[in-house]
Amino acid sequence: MTFLDFYEYSLIGLLLGGLYALIGLGFVLVYKATRVLNFAMGEFMMMGAYFYFSATVLMGLPWWAGVGIALGASAVLALGVERLVLRPLVGQPTISIVMATIGLASILHGTAVMVWGADQWRIEPIVPRAPFFLGDAMLPGQLVWGFGLASMIILGFVLFFRYARGGVAMRATATDPHTAMSLGIDAPRNTAITWVLAALISTIAGIMVGAMTNVSPELGLVGLAVIVVVILGGLDSIPGTIIAGLIIGWIESMSVAVFGSGVREIVPFAVILIIMMVRPFGLFGTPEIERL
Amino acid sequence: MSMPAPYTTEQGAPRPEEAVDALSVENLEVVYHHTIQVLKGLSLRVPQGQIVALLGSNGAGKSTTLKAISGLLPLERGHIETGRVLILGKDAGTSPPHVLARRGLAHVREGRCIFPDLTVEENLIAGSYALPRGKPDYDIVYNYFPKLTERRKLRAGFLSGGEQQMLAIGRALVAQPSLMLLDEPSLGLAPRVVAEIFGIIERVNREQNTAILLVEQNAVAALSIASYGYILEEGRVMLDGTVDALLDSPDVQRFYLGHGTGSDGAVQSYRTVKHYKRRKRWLS
Ligand SMILES: Nc1ncnc2c1ncn2[C@@H]1O[C@H](COP(=O)(O)OP(=O)(O)OP(=O)(O)O)[C@@H](O)[C@H]1O
Ligand SMILES: [Mg+2]
Repeated sequence: MTFLDFYEYSLIGLLLGGLYALIGLGFVLVYKATRVLNFAMGEFMMMGAYFYFSATVLMGLPWWAGVGIALGASAVLALGVERLVLRPLVGQPTISIVMATIGLASILHGTAVMVWGADQWRIEPIVPRAPFFLGDAMLPGQLVWGFGLASMIILGFVLFFRYARGGVAMRATATDPHTAMSLGIDAPRNTAITWVLAALISTIAGIMVGAMTNVSPELGLVGLAVIVVVILGGLDSIPGTIIAGLIIGWIESMSVAVFGSGVREIVPFAVILIIMMVRPFGLFGTPEIERL
Repeated sequence: MSMPAPYTTEQGAPRPEEAVDALSVENLEVVYHHTIQVLKGLSLRVPQGQIVALLGSNGAGKSTTLKAISGLLPLERGHIETGRVLILGKDAGTSPPHVLARRGLAHVREGRCIFPDLTVEENLIAGSYALPRGKPDYDIVYNYFPKLTERRKLRAGFLSGGEQQMLAIGRALVAQPSLMLLDEPSLGLAPRVVAEIFGIIERVNREQNTAILLVEQNAVAALSIASYGYILEEGRVMLDGTVDALLDSPDVQRFYLGHGTGSDGAVQSYRTVKHYKRRKRWLS
């Protein structure tokens, strides 16, 4: 591998990592609020991509209307799921709720196959494809734009949680929902909002991923790779997720450069195995949290 | 099953005519997990603007009483079987805690329950959610607890135990409640700090006209600022009366104030009471 290769693949890996961090943020929000690792996050991405596909390709609407419709539909979906599936399970053992999200993932997957078929569909990327050049490295346009958008969204969330009154209430709810309620905070509503926010994040990520690859019922598999990111990041830490996303993105990109794209799916899991043996609560996680 | 409380000296706290009680608990029976009965017909009243102490040994059901009042009980798998809770004359029904909090009820939970990762300031912001409308006045809190002022930006988890208790009470004060439930504010604190905090509780009561139901194991401290007291044993009021009457009662002196046993009150008296009750059951 030449130095230029190393340099270019490193940058591409970090850009990819930004996207992973964004998807990871969706996991972390839900985890912090409910202590549940939501295995249906990837399927929320897939549904968001399909909503966008339906609006822009099937109905021929402009991209901004497609984004609006996809966000709206995902929000409704998330609210429904929270109300009908998750809220009735409050107080049940965490493992049952996690199982419910796994069940939810396969229901969403099946629904997508039923409604849109098993084929792969193309959607037009919203951002320009034209590559960027950084020194001698050529970086795919979509990846750079996607990284920029992901960074903005993550930064927005960090600022909201740090400085907004509503952000303080959500952090309070996440630490101790009962005490939060005794202080007048509507914790159940905050939890529902968290699910909606996670679904909105997934939708944006889903549209980006769908435009880079294809829209298919299998789009949600990206979510599984990102589970590695959030476990590495410690499940409940946004900075941890950002760093873990960049690390996994970089390692994935480097191993593809060295071993070819065949190893792509294996690498993240191999990394996680090694790191978790050394640090069982992730790189930045709270040590006492329960492992799943 | 129902045993009359033999030591009752008076029928509830004295009440000015016509005034509605800040809190009235009527014949409360509470069961956990549908099986464990903890409260067995408990009644008590807190008149407006007064401090009422609720005393009793470990496991008597003091915290359960507070949770039943503030609506936290169902979240911990407890249920009110019979009886009702009136807050300012209004039936609390099955309202969730955040609704009751916005109606002027503050519950400072056992063990303080501050948010350790939030700063002092952010803890107070969380407390402002119980304010139905208007701008929160954080200066009230800093006035009563000047120690918190210089710790504003500090993560609450780094505060000392006494400061955490101050923060927990201060956080409740942000919403300027008309009724405060305090669950063992003296827990794990040095006597000097207890005295300081109880002094502030008394000032809040006097200056803000806040009615307070004060749960304590430290009977001496609680009775020094309360005007009326209830003594709870195994889910029932075993004895109640004005503070003067309670302080005169030989049983209270022996088992709660530690007179005669030469102890420091709470801890040792617990053992003696257990012993005493067993003996009493034998004799009856
Ligand atoms: N969530 C719960 N589920 C089952 N039992 C409970 C629960 N909470 C409390 N109990 C039981 O109810 C009884 C009364 O508990 P409670 O916490 O009200 O006592 P307390 O008077 O506050 O005691 P302490 O002084 O130790 O705080 C205890 O026997 C306790 O084990
Ligand atoms: Mg208690």
